[in-house]
Amino acid sequence: MEVQSSPIVDQPLELLAETVAAEPQAEIHPDVALVERAKAGDTAAFEQLVRQYDRQIFRTAQHITQNREDAEDITQDVFFKAFQKLDQFQGNSKFSTWLVRIAVNESLMRLRKRKTSKTVSMDQDVETAEGSIPRDFAEWRPNPEQNYSQSELAEILRKTIAGLPPGFRTVFTLRDIENLSTEETAEALGLSVPAVKSRLLRARLQLRERLSRYFRQNKEASK
Amino acid sequence: MNCTEFLAKLTDYFDGQIDPALLTEVKEHLGTCHHCEVVVDTTRKTIDVYRGAQTYELPEELSNRLRAAVMERCRVSGKLPDIAVKTGK
Repeated sequence: MEVQSSPIVDQPLELLAETVAAEPQAEIHPDVALVERAKAGDTAAFEQLVRQYDRQIFRTAQHITQNREDAEDITQDVFFKAFQKLDQFQGNSKFSTWLVRIAVNESLMRLRKRKTSKTVSMDQDVETAEGSIPRDFAEWRPNPEQNYSQSELAEILRKTIAGLPPGFRTVFTLRDIENLSTEETAEALGLSVPAVKSRLLRARLQLRERLSRYFRQNKEASK
Repeated sequence: MNCTEFLAKLTDYFDGQIDPALLTEVKEHLGTCHHCEVVVDTTRKTIDVYRGAQTYELPEELSNRLRAAVMERCRVSGKLPDIAVKTGK
């Protein structure tokens, strides 16, 4: 499996702007103008950036940490750190990707603090083959949305994603929930594109397997 | 193409990043392997159900509170000009 040796959780924030890969952009993103204004001391411009991305950062943090209070703290910390390091953002990547990368770092650090006996990083548990080979081949009929209320389904989804190793959960969150491209996910996590693809496959298959098991058990219980 | 080879191409297949020759092989395999067909269908539903669930949405009130707190921290840090921080929309 293609895994970079150093987890991004260990990278100091000072390096983030330099390590996010530069991609040529045909058009200047509107965020770049807001960042420039914020750098010049325009409070409203920075507040606009917070407004635009607070939901995404909050969701990302809560998916990774699985804790609402942590997600609130992290959201604050991410924007405050971004503000402090705004001069380091050169516009070579999307501002949102830069923020997400800070959020992933902060979230993994928070997890690491919580689990004092274990190191938590993007690499933790990713070598496991558990759930990567499909075993459950039951069809989902009717669709889960038809079979469960919104709140029931939300609870099932929370439980199943919480069981994924953080490295898989993070890739799945960025790629499939936040809809970042594979390349943006790789940038945000400091991973290679093949590593993201590999982890994404495992994350998707593990979640599928867990959900499938859950749905089958519930179906059998209701008979 | 066997099931293991098919699984190795699953991410590229979902992301539409698969070359035409391989896509033909993938489709042929799916036409003959019910298990892989189920895996594709339920994995796609897995992605869709998570994407559509809005599991961790940030309520407007909390968003306003967090934004106000961020702006206050920025102001206190001394880099922002001393302008009244808006806390509403």
